[in-house]
Amino acid sequence: MSFLDIKDLDIEYQTRKETIEAGKNVSFSLERGEIIGIVGESGSGKSTVANAIINLIDKPGKITSGSIKLDGIEFCNNENIVQKVRGKKIGFIFQDPQTSLNPLFKIKDQLIETIQTHLKLNHNDAEKKSIDLLREVGIENPEKRINEYPHQFSGGMRQRVVIALAISCEPDLIIADEPTTALDVSIQFKILKLLKQLTIERNLGVIIITHDMGVIAETTDRVVVMRLGKIVEQGKTIEILSNPKSIECKSLVMSVPPTNKKIDRFKLLSPEGKKITNSSVNLTNNIIKNWGVRDINNKKLLDFINVTKTFDDNAIISINKSESKIKALDRVSFQIFEGESFGLVGESGSGKSTIAKIVSSLISPTSGEVYFENVSLHDPKNKLIKNKFRGQIQMIFQDPYSSLNPRFKVKNIIAEPIKFLQKNIGSDLINKNVNDLIDIVGMSRQSLERYPHEFSGGQRQRISIARALATRPRLLICDEPTSALDVSIQAQVLNLLKDLQDQLNLTILFISHDLPVIRQMCDRTTVLKNGVVCETAETEKLFNSPKHPYTKELLNLMPKIESIE
Amino acid sequence: MIAKMINNFLDTDIGYSFKKSKIAISSTVVFLIIVFASLLAGIVAPYNPFDPASISLMDAFTPPIWVEGGDINFILGTDQQGRDMLSTMIYGSRISLTVGFASIIFAMILGVSLGVTSGYLGGRYEIVVMRFTDVQLTIPSILMALLVDGIARGFISKSLHNDMAIYVLIIAIGISEWPQFARVTRAATLVEKNKEYILASKIIGLSNLVIMFKHILPNILRPVLVIATIGLSQAIITESTLSFLGVGFPPTNPSLGTLIRFGNNFLFSGEWWITFFPAIFLVVLALSINLLGDWMRDALNPKLKSR
Repeated sequence: MSFLDIKDLDIEYQTRKETIEAGKNVSFSLERGEIIGIVGESGSGKSTVANAIINLIDKPGKITSGSIKLDGIEFCNNENIVQKVRGKKIGFIFQDPQTSLNPLFKIKDQLIETIQTHLKLNHNDAEKKSIDLLREVGIENPEKRINEYPHQFSGGMRQRVVIALAISCEPDLIIADEPTTALDVSIQFKILKLLKQLTIERNLGVIIITHDMGVIAETTDRVVVMRLGKIVEQGKTIEILSNPKSIECKSLVMSVPPTNKKIDRFKLLSPEGKKITNSSVNLTNNIIKNWGVRDINNKKLLDFINVTKTFDDNAIISINKSESKIKALDRVSFQIFEGESFGLVGESGSGKSTIAKIVSSLISPTSGEVYFENVSLHDPKNKLIKNKFRGQIQMIFQDPYSSLNPRFKVKNIIAEPIKFLQKNIGSDLINKNVNDLIDIVGMSRQSLERYPHEFSGGQRQRISIARALATRPRLLICDEPTSALDVSIQAQVLNLLKDLQDQLNLTILFISHDLPVIRQMCDRTTVLKNGVVCETAETEKLFNSPKHPYTKELLNLMPKIESIE
Repeated sequence: MIAKMINNFLDTDIGYSFKKSKIAISSTVVFLIIVFASLLAGIVAPYNPFDPASISLMDAFTPPIWVEGGDINFILGTDQQGRDMLSTMIYGSRISLTVGFASIIFAMILGVSLGVTSGYLGGRYEIVVMRFTDVQLTIPSILMALLVDGIARGFISKSLHNDMAIYVLIIAIGISEWPQFARVTRAATLVEKNKEYILASKIIGLSNLVIMFKHILPNILRPVLVIATIGLSQAIITESTLSFLGVGFPPTNPSLGTLIRFGNNFLFSGEWWITFFPAIFLVVLALSINLLGDWMRDALNPKLKSR
């Protein structure tokens, strides 16, 4: 008998219009000392299964049949038993460390409260135990830090506190729901290492839920692949990743950007399992004929010279003037040449998005110059200059759910920039252009009459691309365009961007925290850390022989799907 | 057509929550009955209380029919001039509702435009507008309305005043209500203006005016709708209070507040119905709007949707 045994679990969400099966015949088991990964795209039901184990499914969802046994005790749908087990025998780690701690209580109070709820310890012993726990999860100087509030900890440190909370009552099972998704690569590495180490030291069973195949490859022993509420494949991680059998699993593994080589296009599988080889875009469209193809002349397009940006908190009373200023960028310089894709990579707070905003003229730099085609974009004497380049620089945003106006039909979203920039254009021509644009991004013309909320994240990102292309830009800024998408959708969108670049000779400024994606997309790359440029080099050179120690560290720590041997 | 529209509405999430809420349905029914009765006052009301030919002083102080001395012709009795209470109330509610709707629309236009512009543009303009609302919120709205009314009286000659009363009241109440709208729209604008679709519009180069009123405004209308509903009952009550205090509608053109004021004089001489029925009518009207507003606040709040 296994330690955790889940059999034929069915979970349903009953909504007004339909019943959604979030889990169907889910069965798997877990032994002590083993890490199992549940992987799947959004909506595959992986979090639902985890919540079902601790009976925390949100209404109107419910477990309709099946069994969940921990150490032989059945506690499916039995709140009385689960209540006793939850926290004591099962620890839970949530995705977002910013919200899973109560900001009004000191770390000490939260730990001691949890410990005393489940273990019979007096206050002093509980405090001593809390300090030991914090030391165990790698927090320095725990005697002092235990008296601090959550906001005094950084994101990674906070996740460590959450892990300490989860193991505080000596649980046998830990469920980690996307434990590192909100964290930077270097912190992710440390947290995963900590989890692995705890598994062995304490002989725990661990379930890690994630969408990141790299994390799966680096940490798990076995993996369960889910899709639309069903388990499509399960087995040893090494077997699943190197030799997937089901179509879903194959398509998932194929879409993961490889970290060790550059590929031309991602291979995609149709739902029937056939390879989609030809490019998704048909660019013999009218709009391209109208526009004509731009020549590539490898001219310098964008020149970013010694740009510094400080954010001032505008305090009226401030004791230390220099402390109230945050330097987001510190003398950053780089050039982008016409027709290339230029990558910006860095962890959170490195100033990537600030650069995007400066290039797109949303904010002005504190000092330094930005030249587009040898004309300064932020000349205080010449405010009209911005208008000259309106439409030549466009941007695709990170969050497909907030980058389209929810009250506009798709056709109006795409038509708006055309109408604005070509004042005396006829409505026939606008419609034609809009139709061409929606064809280019590979969506049906019926979608023009619908509203953004009717589309999935990947489709919205395509609409976003169509809007950005509508002004016939020369420079396209992509600010983390795929970080909110599933891997297979990411592969499609990245393929689309590459196709568009080839056909339209676009110049792309590609911003990402995801090194494998950068490797696939960019010709040259700049590594940023805390607003300072570490290194700029051709992407392949950067990955094969990094010079700067920070680049080396990043490359070393990124989870690699190939790491499994 | 209308049946189809209602069906489409009931099929949406909001319509569904409406179907499930007894309070929402009953308050809507009550509110619609009052609105239609007052719109069709000429047809629905048994008498025209403003037609001297139809009223007779002989009928004055007739009690409601279930009280001894009641008359089958006057269900709710008559007032001191012999006017039928029911008819007077229906005509009175027409005035109250008109003033309520008009003043809330006035407040909405003023408050929303100031709120959106100050939230979006920021800077000194925002500080000035928001301090204005802060100052005004320290003055009770009824005092504010009295102030505006008083100023208007100074400017308008006495003979014109009775005719101008409705406009003065609309402006007075509108001015006392706008800060609510300004505050809420400013807060919603601050959230909305940092969303990426607004950044995208900025990169395209759209003017501030287009971004504010074409892109932001339609996305922040939900909270505005909720305040407008609750503000409507507020405005009707304010109007009644002003009329009760004698600075609102003249006795020749009585609103619900004016009726209550007159009835008040007879309360201790036994003719309770003259003040009682208009007062109850006002309570029912305001309550139905408030309950509708409460339901709307919950139904339009995405955070409470799952309930």
